[in-house]
Amino acid sequence: MSITVANISKSYKNVKALQNISFDVKEGELFGLIGPDGAGKTTLFRVLTTLLIADQGNATVANYDVISDYKKIRNNVGYMPGKFSLYQDLTVEENLDFFATIFGTSIEENYDLIKDIYVQIEPFKNRRAGKLSGGMKQKLALCCALIHKPKVLFLDEPTTGVDPVSRKEFWDMLKRLQQKGITILVSTPYMDEAALCDRIALIQDGKILEIDTPQAIVRHYPKPIYNVSANNMFLLINSLKGYKFNHSVYPFGEFVHYTDNRPDFNPKELVQYLKSENLLDISINKTEPTIEDTFMELAK
Amino acid sequence: MSNNNVIQVDGLTKMFGDFTAVNAITFNVEKGEIFGFLGANGAGKTTAMKMLIGISKPTSGSATVAGFDVFTHAEDIKKNIGYMSQKFALYDDLTVKENITFFGGIYGLSRARIKEKSKALIEELGLESVANNLVGSLPLGWKQKISFSVALLHDPKIVFLDEPTGGVDPITRRQFWEMIYKAADQGTTIFVTTHYMDEAEYCDRVSIMVNGKIEALDTPKKLKEQFKAANMNDVFLKLARG
Repeated sequence: MSITVANISKSYKNVKALQNISFDVKEGELFGLIGPDGAGKTTLFRVLTTLLIADQGNATVANYDVISDYKKIRNNVGYMPGKFSLYQDLTVEENLDFFATIFGTSIEENYDLIKDIYVQIEPFKNRRAGKLSGGMKQKLALCCALIHKPKVLFLDEPTTGVDPVSRKEFWDMLKRLQQKGITILVSTPYMDEAALCDRIALIQDGKILEIDTPQAIVRHYPKPIYNVSANNMFLLINSLKGYKFNHSVYPFGEFVHYTDNRPDFNPKELVQYLKSENLLDISINKTEPTIEDTFMELAK
Repeated sequence: MSNNNVIQVDGLTKMFGDFTAVNAITFNVEKGEIFGFLGANGAGKTTAMKMLIGISKPTSGSATVAGFDVFTHAEDIKKNIGYMSQKFALYDDLTVKENITFFGGIYGLSRARIKEKSKALIEELGLESVANNLVGSLPLGWKQKISFSVALLHDPKIVFLDEPTGGVDPITRRQFWEMIYKAADQGTTIFVTTHYMDEAEYCDRVSIMVNGKIEALDTPKKLKEQFKAANMNDVFLKLARG
């Protein structure tokens, strides 16, 4: 196992940031921690990167204990915090050189590992880090986290606030790093990124809701789910919420995802009901649940 | 002018020196419409939005917002729109009530009106128990809902939402969208920028900016057909990558 987490809890004053969290990440795995702001993702990253001591529980990273072997962990992991943490007034190259030197290595020694990413920012190597665009900062931060060839890479919300094009590029880079044998733990609030991970843990309010492959998590969704649409979205949502047999009603883009609390649900009855609510152009079709549906069902 | 249009933009352009940040964009937004304004980082979204809310003067072209000209009546625009952004929303070190009172005052509502609005807003959001708590102590999702309600305090014709729902859990996000649907149903126009492409699917129509120009504008359904894409994320990737 590359990462083991056993019964980890951590509280701040009156907030229980992590409540008895346990999971393992296999060697070479791309593992996603999926949850909203305040779920406890950053606290967990800080415990695993030895920057914070948990109140309870044990954890190991690259087979080192986070308490007794913290120095070894620091030499063997790369950490990209959610907040941009490089030196804004050093240039791209100076930042990279700085991090290489701290870890007793050089840019040349591990250049292979970062080459694909670094060539994209190399034209700007003399620019100060503070003057880079969001996407370029993110690439530089990733290079700095990789320059000492870590066994395990921790990425805390690397794609937050980044546009879809840069997000796609970033995930492509992660896949390539994974092929080089690096274990990756990545957190994200974007549910659609879950599908790009080997396994995911859904986390909310310091608790893990479920751990599995994205495919299995979706398969475990307990009910048939329907796409409902009509001519007036606001009225449709309110009407569905007022329908006494509803189990869940969630807007999903141009549709509403609806589940019924009866085992023998007949969509025709619902069509009749919606007509009686003065809705027009009603359509009800069965659809596949998404990670978000599962998350909401578990978090209910 | 055919006039259900709350926003009318024609050839609107903004240059910074030699750089054309916004390049002759043209579009209309109707009353009660939820309009998604998308684009990659650096595509010119923010610059365009700044012109529409009256805080940046266009280089050329024309635009009216809530019936006022962006060149000559920027101050009137500011009074007739609501604005909410992830970055700036409420004062953390004021209570919920104080924030409402403050923004009500800024928008020029009478004391009586502020009192009435404040009561209604707190009731509707179910905030009675935290009305006298500092906003900073509240969860992000609550702040966003309060912030949206505050942007609607003065019954503006349009509300501009700048990346409004980042980071909140999926249930809270949907509650937020239900508030948006409600406001739109009551005739308020919603102009929203977002990085979440799944969120673009909630809009009536969506425009996508690439390098200062609007390269696509239609309903999410039609855009997906046009670009033979399964979802708006694919539409965006196809467009932005050229």
